[in-house]
Order: sequence, then C-alpha cells, then structure tokens
Amino acid sequence: MTAIEAGLAPGSGRRAVWLRWPARLGLRRLAMPILLLAIWEIAGRAGWLSAVALPQPSTILDAGGALVRDGALQAGLEISLFRLLVGFPLGVVAGIALGIAVGLSARAEDLFDGTLQSLRAIPFLALAPMFSLWFGADEASKIALVCFGAVFPAYLNTVAGIRGVDGRLAEAARAFGVHGFGIVTEVVMPGAMPSILVGLRLSFSWALAALVSSELAGVGTGLGALVAQAREFAQTEIVILCVVIYALVGFTADGLARVAEWRLLSWRRSFPD
Amino acid sequence: MAPIVSRLINERATPVVSVRGATRQFGDRQVLRQIDVDIAPGAFVALLGASGCGKTTLLRLLAGLDQPDAGDIGVPERRGIVFQDARLLPWRKVWRNVMLGLSRDRVRAEHALDEVGLGARIDDWPGTLSGGEAQRVALARALVRQPELLLLDEPFAALDALTRLRMQQLVLDLWQAHGPAVLLVTHDVDEALTLADRVLVMRDGRIVVDLPVTFDRPRARAAAGFEYLRRQLLEELGVSATGDDGVQRRQATAS
Repeated sequence: MTAIEAGLAPGSGRRAVWLRWPARLGLRRLAMPILLLAIWEIAGRAGWLSAVALPQPSTILDAGGALVRDGALQAGLEISLFRLLVGFPLGVVAGIALGIAVGLSARAEDLFDGTLQSLRAIPFLALAPMFSLWFGADEASKIALVCFGAVFPAYLNTVAGIRGVDGRLAEAARAFGVHGFGIVTEVVMPGAMPSILVGLRLSFSWALAALVSSELAGVGTGLGALVAQAREFAQTEIVILCVVIYALVGFTADGLARVAEWRLLSWRRSFPD
Repeated sequence: MAPIVSRLINERATPVVSVRGATRQFGDRQVLRQIDVDIAPGAFVALLGASGCGKTTLLRLLAGLDQPDAGDIGVPERRGIVFQDARLLPWRKVWRNVMLGLSRDRVRAEHALDEVGLGARIDDWPGTLSGGEAQRVALARALVRQPELLLLDEPFAALDALTRLRMQQLVLDLWQAHGPAVLLVTHDVDEALTLADRVLVMRDGRIVVDLPVTFDRPRARAAAGFEYLRRQLLEELGVSATGDDGVQRRQATAS
C-alpha cells in the first residue's frame, strides 16, 4: 500500500480514502439500482407502463404502507422469517456436520455420500406436496422443506473444502505434535472455511426458494400467502412488494455472509483495506 | 587422500539418532534396505542422494511421519523439521505458526523470530512473506522447541542463489548457537561439504558412503582437499567429475 501511495501525487491519497469508504459501505453499489428505480418511477407516471402489469415504485410503497397499517405485512413477515430462521440453521448445521464427517472419514463417506448425492439430484421443490403430506399442512412441513433445501449446498461445499486442504500442511502440523482434533481445528476447518462460506450463501438461496415455494403452495400464512392472495385480486403492487421483501431478506443474508468472510477469511485479503 | 583437519566431535557420546535395520517398502519397491545409522549429539550431517534414493523416506521416519516395516528408529522427543516448501498455515499469523503445537506464547515466538531476523513480521499473514522469509519462519518454528534433532528436507532447494547462501549461513549460525544435531537432506554436493561434519550418500535404499568432513570453518571451496572430496562424492552419485569446472558445478546441483 505504501509503495502505491508513494507513487501518487500529493493529495490523491486523501481521494483514495474518500473513495474507499463509500465502497466499503456499499454506497457505490447502490448508485445503479437508485437510477433504475428513478427511471421506472418516471416511466410509470408518464403512463408508459401498464398499471396492472408493472405499477411504479410509489404505488408499491403506498400499498406497503396500507399493509403495514393493518398489520398484515408484519404478521406475514414474522411467520416467514420464523420458518427461515429455524429451517436454515438446522439444514446448514446438518449439512456441515455431514460434510465434515464425510470429508474426514472414508467410512462416513461410504455410509452417507451415495445417499446424499442421490437425494441431491431430486429437484426438491417437487417434494413440497409430499412434505405437507408427511409433516402436516402447517409449520413443520414448511420448516422441513427450508431445512432440506439448505442441507445440500452446505454439505457439498464442506466436503469439497475439506478435500481441497493441502495434505502437506496437515503433515507439517503432525510433525510438530498436532494430532487428531487439533488437526481439524488448526488445519482442516480453517482450510475448508472459504468453501464452507460459499456453501452457506448457496444454502441460504435455496432455503429462501424453498420458503417461497412452500408458502405459495400451502394455505394461509406468511409472505407467500400475501402473494397468493394479491395474485387472485390482481394487486400487482403487493406481489411486487413481497418479491422486494424476499429480495431484501436475501440481500441482508448476503451482507451478513460478507461480514463473516471479512472476519473469518482476513488471511486471504490481498490488500490491507 | 583427504586431509583430515581435526575438529572435536564427541562421537562416543550416546547418539541422539539411532537407526537399526530400518526397512521400508512401498508396494514392490524396497525404498530403504536395512539402514543403520547413528548421529552424535550436535553433529551436522548431510544426507546426499539422487531423487528417489530413499533419503526423504528416511527423513520422514526420523520425523515420525512414517513407520518402518522392520527395524528400530531411535530419535529424541524434541525434534524440529523444515520442509522444502515452508508449509506455514496461511490462516495463522506468523507467530502462531511458530508456536504451532505449543502454548500460545507470543514472547517466545518473538524471540525465535528475532533470531531469524523476522521479529518485525510477527503479526503478519504468511501469504505476505517472500519465499526466503517463509523459510526463515519455518526455521524459527523448528528451533523454538529447542530440538535435539533438526531435520532439514532440502530447505534451500526452492530459493534463489543469493537467498540460499544467506539461509545456509543462518542455519550454521543457529546450529552453532543452539547445538542441535542436524540432518540435512540435499542433492547439492557443495552445500553438503560447506555445511556438514559428516556426509552420507544414499543409493538404492542403502547408505553407501559415510564420510567425515573436517575442514576448518568457515569453509571455502579453495580449502585443500575440498575439490577432491567433491569429486569423490559426485562419483558416488553417479556424476562424472571430469571436464571443465563450469560443467561440474551444474552437474553438482542437478538431481
């Protein structure tokens, strides 16, 4: 960093810092979406867009305001988040635990890997009707589907991460008296961590997809139920609003994953930032 | 004849390394055949041999990374090893790497890093080190446990020529300061003769030469008898030592 800054003209170092902070806060990333929203709004007000097919952002916000006032949005969001926050961790923990077992032990691989690989090949959303049959029509089946969706990416990436750890590092650690569990905590898990975090992000995407599909299919509650209802009455603005909320949930999770990467993978950063 | 300049090494003391009848086989291939070798406390021994002669297998047995099929391996409890690649854990700061497998004693790590001239890099990530620096950290990691036996598996092979010379000097200094027995695996005859008190040559899983090297330190290639020993060792390694010097130098380091 010093070498690069030394090569810059006086004053430009300050500019670099000035640019870096908004980048870190994501402000620069936001510029493009804001521009697109503005164009959308203008096009809607000018009457270029059909109010039924694509209402403009302000209409969507108004609809959101109404839903918040009568409490429907909070209630729906609450139940959806509950399903996600129970199902996702369960699935991820199971996936990572199985991944560690299979990654470390040939016996566990024989036991689990074949089965898990064939289960993974099922397009699990097709199982949604079966889940409500097995687990009942209410919470359990939805949580189970979210959980099921989260298992496989976490599992696969954990196994791949462990396989990718350099065996020579484990050997060096053994030569210095690190054995058994110590090898796992000092070498295997940190080495597999980049891949495991990728798995977490993918798992979340799948968990979210499972949530949406289970809520749309079932009856009654959650954000998905709002969507289903709005669709019947052609309230496109509410459908879009819910899609945006799902997306925000996804963005938030991704942001958290970035923070986790920033902290856990600081050794991989090529530049001090 | 090789002139023998006497240097006192206590060959009578109980050896720190005692290998008896060590045999190791991978599939049909006999990699070690009935190896017997003792190493005296504080001795600097170089193990020469072409690639595939079994020298790394022997070193791995001494490091406890592999078991012999037959025979006994006697090694001290406190051992340090430096591999050809530094093998630092990229996700642990430099000082944590030094203390790998020991208590998290930062002061002790700093002391060891100071000895290899890297005290300032104590909190850096290994990924930011140059090849030579990484190898010095690996050396600090081996020495911080006060080893009675220091195993060096071609530790300079991947370094550029200047860095290699500096590292060789550093290893000599640390050896003289701490006095561990050293077993240096190399295929560089000059390196062996510059550093070691004793040179072993392995061929086909056997130790075929066991030669004391008794030139005064610091050593110079110009020393009487150096060239003679060098040719003798090259011949044992199956490299013709005739022809002009430039060719020989290149052959001397070829594996």
